[in-house]
Amino acid sequence: MFRTVQELVEIAEKENLLISEVMIRQEMDVKNKIREEVFAEMERNLQVMEKAVEDSLKGVQSVTGLTGGDAVKIQTYMRENTPLSGHLMLDAVSKAMGTNEVNAAMGVICATPTAGSAGVVPGTLFAVKEQLHPTREQMIRYLFTAGAFGLVVANNAFISGAAGGCQAEVGSAGAMASAAIVEMAGGTPQQSAEAFAMTLKNMLGLVCDPVAGLVEVPCVKRNAGGSALAVVSADLALAGVTSRIPCDEVIGAMYRIGRQMPSSLRETGEGGLADTPTGRFLKEKIFGTTV
Amino acid sequence: MKYNSVFDIIGPVMVGPSSSHTAGAARIGLAARNLFGKQPKWAKIHLYGSFAKTYQGHGTDFALAGGLLGFPTEDTRMSKALEIAKDEELHIEFIEDSAKTDHPNTVRLIIGDDEDSLEIVGISIGGGKVEITELNGFALRLSGNHPAILIMHNDRFGAIASVTKILAKHEINIGHMEVNRKDVGKEALMVIETDQNVEDDILLELKEADHIIQIAKIVS
Repeated sequence: MFRTVQELVEIAEKENLLISEVMIRQEMDVKNKIREEVFAEMERNLQVMEKAVEDSLKGVQSVTGLTGGDAVKIQTYMRENTPLSGHLMLDAVSKAMGTNEVNAAMGVICATPTAGSAGVVPGTLFAVKEQLHPTREQMIRYLFTAGAFGLVVANNAFISGAAGGCQAEVGSAGAMASAAIVEMAGGTPQQSAEAFAMTLKNMLGLVCDPVAGLVEVPCVKRNAGGSALAVVSADLALAGVTSRIPCDEVIGAMYRIGRQMPSSLRETGEGGLADTPTGRFLKEKIFGTTV
Repeated sequence: MKYNSVFDIIGPVMVGPSSSHTAGAARIGLAARNLFGKQPKWAKIHLYGSFAKTYQGHGTDFALAGGLLGFPTEDTRMSKALEIAKDEELHIEFIEDSAKTDHPNTVRLIIGDDEDSLEIVGISIGGGKVEITELNGFALRLSGNHPAILIMHNDRFGAIASVTKILAKHEINIGHMEVNRKDVGKEALMVIETDQNVEDDILLELKEADHIIQIAKIVS
């Protein structure tokens, strides 16, 4: 079993396998299942992700009214204008935000790695798909590659905002997506690791400060940032840019930063954006109590 | 390792909004129900740390209720679970507890009906993954990575042997085992993580073994 990104990349390189294949074989081994079963389970997750994006483009609204409808706005803007950040980039952003809008509206989503960060991996997948035209199998492999890197983070650091802040959630999700984009685009396992490191580096220190404790503000827009960064880092890695700090050490830094974060900035809804005049006002409006 | 499956990371499929506060909470509720072996009639739920601060916003309250009602994480009735609990006459009380806990997402459930009651502590460690850390006052560590059986028994010689003998006969391998007791000769708990699922007929056989009080099974 791989414990670090370095081990994961080494296995892939030594046996001349894709990262996704290393993950698939390990999963078959751990769960004592055949390839078809493991694929079928991931296919089910992929279908949930597709359905969530589809639902978001019909327009959703959360119970509080704080979030919803932005994915539709962006798609409309893209049809009528040439977006400055590029079509693929904005498509990824809108689908990531859309998935998270469905989550905030208590719809059905697939956590990747968490619900609050569930938009980034599918958002980037469905946007990159339009340009790379992957097979269904390659789309499923995208999720295995993302999952392989996510496992390393979960076992060496954390993936929950309560434990490590938003860097552990959207940071991990964005980094996982970067690595998966690289593989789908034909990059090497090492380039996946570089992309992962570059995204996570840019997410270090990001706090979890949900307004009124709800997975809405700023979560939906952080999924936008995470997916945009994922695409940029994938491009950097494919261009041959490398991270000066190795991937596993970036994960280690994320862990230590999370340990130093006060609990007010770890999903308690007490600090950061939750503790702004508007954040407090919204909380009072929704729950009728003050912070 | 805490996480050993890719589906701990890509998954679970769930009703929003939070994997740790909603899906994880539902799984702890479901584990409590499974250990109790039936639907409880009442539940006193102590919430700690981030759970206590944000449970309403994250739907931790309805998710715990959904778990007690037997809902899986993706059940679309989840957000209506508090109303459904009321209809099914399951009375739930939430207590925001300010006591310090090791993990920020900790919940203590005391559930019961007219005859029995049960107390468990669960933590939601991220991405929907949970651990049960206490059962009826016994500390334990159930990762949920493997099927497990929990056996309340009387602390007598031969109790453990009678259980392991039955498991060996059915070719079930034990991956991890803990034994805990309140005092010499008193009530004790065996926690056994197995590599294979323990079928119901084997559970019945175990129940008949010497000094066994109660058995519950958790499927990973």
